[in-house]
Amino acid sequence: MSSRLKAWRNAALLVAALIVLWQGLYWWVGESALASPLATLRYTLRMVTREDFGAHLYDTMHAFAIAFVFSVVIGLAVGFWLGFDRTSGDVLEPMVAAVYAIPKLTLYPILLLAFGLGVSAKVAFGVIHGVIPIVLFTLAAVRNTKPILLKTGRVMKLSHLQTVRWILFPAAIPEIFTGLRVGFSLTLIGTLLAEMFASQRGLGYLLMTGIGLHNIEQVMSVTLLVVVFAAAVSYLLLHIDRRLHWRV
Amino acid sequence: MTRVGWYRLLVVLAAVALLEALCLTGMIDKITMQAPHLIVRDFYRIVVSGRMNAAIAKTLTNIVAALGLALAVGIVMAVLLHRARALRDTLDPLFATYYAVPVFAFYPVFIVVFGLGDLPQILIGFMLGVVAVIVNTLNGLDRVPTVLLKTARILRMSPADTALRVTLPAAGPHIVTGVKLAVAYAFIGVIGSEFILSRGGIGYEISFAYLNFDNATMYPLIVLILLASIALNAALSWWERRLLARRGMR
Repeated sequence: MSSRLKAWRNAALLVAALIVLWQGLYWWVGESALASPLATLRYTLRMVTREDFGAHLYDTMHAFAIAFVFSVVIGLAVGFWLGFDRTSGDVLEPMVAAVYAIPKLTLYPILLLAFGLGVSAKVAFGVIHGVIPIVLFTLAAVRNTKPILLKTGRVMKLSHLQTVRWILFPAAIPEIFTGLRVGFSLTLIGTLLAEMFASQRGLGYLLMTGIGLHNIEQVMSVTLLVVVFAAAVSYLLLHIDRRLHWRV
Repeated sequence: MTRVGWYRLLVVLAAVALLEALCLTGMIDKITMQAPHLIVRDFYRIVVSGRMNAAIAKTLTNIVAALGLALAVGIVMAVLLHRARALRDTLDPLFATYYAVPVFAFYPVFIVVFGLGDLPQILIGFMLGVVAVIVNTLNGLDRVPTVLLKTARILRMSPADTALRVTLPAAGPHIVTGVKLAVAYAFIGVIGSEFILSRGGIGYEISFAYLNFDNATMYPLIVLILLASIALNAALSWWERRLLARRGMR
């Protein structure tokens, strides 16, 4: 069997196993606590066609898109700077790594006070989640560029910007892409979390109102949508990521 | 201290001084943020009065429970998966995409199933951490040199002896990486779920203080969590580096 077919078979098996697990759990805990896979799917279809759903989805995706752009731009800039400048990198890298490990959720009240209730707080929350992996991966990628490539650039008298454009960037692309992939997921998680705590619209808000109204089908449906979307995109990115790494 | 260490200290001090200056001049207003020296004062008051001790104890207990569960289940699962190649291949896509899934989205479901107690929070912390432990332990087990295992066989060591004296020490540094991540995730999971919906704990107190504009309580608690997680992370990183150095891997 080819490796490609095998990968598909594994994924299909996994999804089937998860659905069986879900159905089993449903039989175990009962109607009042969990919706069955079929009921959830039916509710999801109804929810998606409801007209206010589009607005919620748009709100989440809008905040997420802005947050991701900010994460990428800031992450790449800081990553290249810290990778280039040895001293700054040595000083700041462990600090950035330490910030990566703190529960950023606790910073949420501060962000709300600083940015107010609305899109900007969501964006800020997405960015603080997503930017750090991009910085760390870019930094490592730039540092691990083979010295011979940089020497060649110097021999050819490339300017700083040209070095970045023609040598560092192409050499570091696979690593940077890994950072972007991780940053993508974390930005999405950050944006959704922000919506769960305080907002009047978006998928996270739908999740919280679902709990408030004890509407289990709604909670399960939104969870399902988010999980499927996140898993699908991340699987796709992972696929690209692996191909990039093969090339090198 | 090294030169880099001094620079690092300088950066931290400069950041605090900048915040202090911005707060004192009113560029950041009082409702948004307290000046750092006031945070230190409030921090001291909270510690002396002891009124947060119950919340801190509750949160820490849950974190330890989530961490313990994640480590126990994670390491056992990794050892089993290491033996079962087919199962591991099947689960691989799950591990690869796991951290893209917002685990907190399951918290509401857990509350519905288990009630609003400690269990849903522990489960969230566990779910966040366990995959990091599994992946890193597997990674470590993959890298145990074959020659060590052969030596164990020549010495006719029992499976238990092999595991305790050869495999685990050899995979040690990777397992510590998993532990480090699991600690961070246990913090994030437990405090985050307290934040979303709960009846006590540091996360609950922070969100309660936030809703009451009680910055004198909120900021010290946030600082407490940040310091605790940074200190733990630093300690584990140090241990990780030492293990790696002993094996000549760095």
